[in-house]
Amino acid sequence: MALPVVAEKWSNSVKELTIGATQAEGGTREKTVTVGGAKCVPFIECDGETGNRPAIAMDVLDYVPNDWPDILRKPIEDVIDEPAKWAKKCVDEFGADLICLKLDSIHPDKGDKSPEEAADTVKSVLEAVNVPLIIWGCELNDKDNQVMPKVSEAAKGEKCLMGYAAQDNYKVITAVCLADGHSIITQAPLDINIGKQVNILVSELGFPLDRIVMFQSTGALGYGIEYTYSIQERERLAALSGDNLMAFPVISNVGFEAWRAKEAKAKDEDVAQWGAQEDRGPMWETITATTLIQSGVDIVRMYHPKAVAAVKKYIDELTS
Amino acid sequence: MIEPIGERINGMFKDIRIAIKERDASVIQDYARKQTEAGAKFLDINVGTAAEDQCAAMKWMVEAAQDAVKTALCIDSQKLEVVKAGLEVCKNEILINSSKADPEALDVYMPLAKQYNASLICLTINKDGVPQDIDTRVSIAAEILGKALEHDFDISKIYIDPILLPINCDQKQATMMTEVYQQIKLMSDPPPHITVGLSNFSQGTSEKSLLNRTILTMSMAAGLDAPVMDVLDEELMNTAISAEVVMNSFIYSDSFLKAGKSMLTGN
Repeated sequence: MALPVVAEKWSNSVKELTIGATQAEGGTREKTVTVGGAKCVPFIECDGETGNRPAIAMDVLDYVPNDWPDILRKPIEDVIDEPAKWAKKCVDEFGADLICLKLDSIHPDKGDKSPEEAADTVKSVLEAVNVPLIIWGCELNDKDNQVMPKVSEAAKGEKCLMGYAAQDNYKVITAVCLADGHSIITQAPLDINIGKQVNILVSELGFPLDRIVMFQSTGALGYGIEYTYSIQERERLAALSGDNLMAFPVISNVGFEAWRAKEAKAKDEDVAQWGAQEDRGPMWETITATTLIQSGVDIVRMYHPKAVAAVKKYIDELTS
Repeated sequence: MIEPIGERINGMFKDIRIAIKERDASVIQDYARKQTEAGAKFLDINVGTAAEDQCAAMKWMVEAAQDAVKTALCIDSQKLEVVKAGLEVCKNEILINSSKADPEALDVYMPLAKQYNASLICLTINKDGVPQDIDTRVSIAAEILGKALEHDFDISKIYIDPILLPINCDQKQATMMTEVYQQIKLMSDPPPHITVGLSNFSQGTSEKSLLNRTILTMSMAAGLDAPVMDVLDEELMNTAISAEVVMNSFIYSDSFLKAGKSMLTGN
C-alpha cells in the first residue's frame, strides 16, 4: 500500500534578501549572499521549497578582544589587531560567507573612536574582502546614532546589512539605511511581541519590507536556547501562515553567546573531566548554531573556524 | 482570520438604489474601494428589490465594482436568474449568496458554484422555513455538508448561514447561536466557514454599533468567521481584530490594530 503524503500547505513565504552588491549593481563585491525565501518549515522538503541555504557570517572586531579565551584567539592571533586582515583571513582561510564587522571600538569604554575612524575601518574591510558585510554597532544608542550615519555613507552602494534597530532606538538607523540602500536588522530582547513591533515601527518610516532581517537576542546551548528556538519557531510558523510582518530572514548571534558559556570558555586545567577545550568550545558553538538553524535561522554569526567548518558541513548535508 | 463581507453595496440602501436607477458607477466604486481598504474580504453585491430589470442591474453593479477593485464579490440575490446574471460577467473571485438547504436547491447551486469555481453561502432554511432552535439548524447544516460530499464540493468553500435573528425579534436565540456555530465547526475537517448577517441582529435598536460589536465578539469565539457586516464601522473592525489577537490568530504587538488591518487588506 502506498503511504499517503502528509504535507502541510503554507500560504506565505519568508521574504528573500540579497546582501551585498556587485560592480554591476553599484557596489564592489565579487559575491553576494541571498537568504530567506523558505516556503515551508526548515528542511521539510515535502512541504515546499526550503529557500536559500543558511549563511555563516564570521565576526570581526575592531577592538582587540582581550576577554576571549586563548583557544578562540589562537586562529586569528596574527591579525587580531587589524580588522581588514582578520576579515580577509575569515574569508580566505575559514570560508566565511559574510563578515560581520562589530564596531566595538566606538564604545566609550573601548576606545571611544570617532565616526570617521569607524568609517575608515569599514572602508578598509570592504577593500580587503570580496564578500558582503554586516555592520554592527556597539549597542550603545547614543554612540551608534552618531557613528552609523557616517559608516552607512562610507559603505553606500554596497548593500550591507546594518544592525540594529530597537524599539527605543530605531529612527536614525532606519533613516540612514533607507538613504544609503542598506538592509536593516530589527532587534528584540527574546520577545516576539516586541520583535513584531519593531518591524512595524521601521516599516512605518517607509522602510521596505524586503530589506529587513530579524534578530532575537540569542540564547546559547544551556543558556536559554530553548527560548530562542521556540520564539524563532513561532515567528516562522506565523510567517508561513500569512503574517507579512513576521516573514523576514533571521540572524542569530551564535559565537558571542556560545563563548560566554562556561562549558566553552573554561580552561582544561579547571574542568579536566569535560574534555579538551580545543574540541569542547567549538562543539558548544556548533551545537548552538545547528540547533538554531533547525529552528529556521538564516544567518548565524560565528567565532571559531572549527565550528564554522562543522556547521558548513552540516548545512551542506541538509541542503544537498 | 476573519473574512468580513462588506454589506454596503446593497439596493436596500437609498444611495445605492438611486445609483442603480441613475447608473452612477462612481457610487458603487467608491464603496467598493472604501470597503476594500477597510478590510473586506468580499463585497456583497445586492440589487435590492426596486430595480426594474434586476438581472441587468446585477450585471452593471458587478462590472462597476470589478472595474474599481480586485476584491472577491459576493453575488447576492434570492433569485437564481439574478445570481446567474452576476456570475456571467464577474471576473473577480466569487462567493454566491445564497442557496437554501433543500436538496433540489443545493443540486442546482452546488454545480453552478463549481462551474464558476465559486464559494457558496448555504442558509439553514428549508421548505419548513427558518429554524427556531439549535438542533434544527445543526441538522440542516449537516444535510448541507452531506450534499457537498455528494457533489464533491470543497467544504472549505462552503459558508453556512444559520440565520441570526434580530435581538428584538427573539432575544433568547442570540446565545443559542454560539452553540450552533460550535457544533457546525466540529462537523468536518477542514470545517465550513460560518456567516451571518451581523447587522441584522441590531436592526431597529438604539445601540446598533455596540450590539454589533458585542455579538461579533461572542460569535467569533464560537466559530463565526465570515460575517456580512458594516466594515466601514471602524470600531467594529477593531473589535474583530482584537478578538482575533485574543484568540491567538496572529502575534500580538503594540500596533496590533494596524498589523491586523494589514493582514485583512494584504498590504
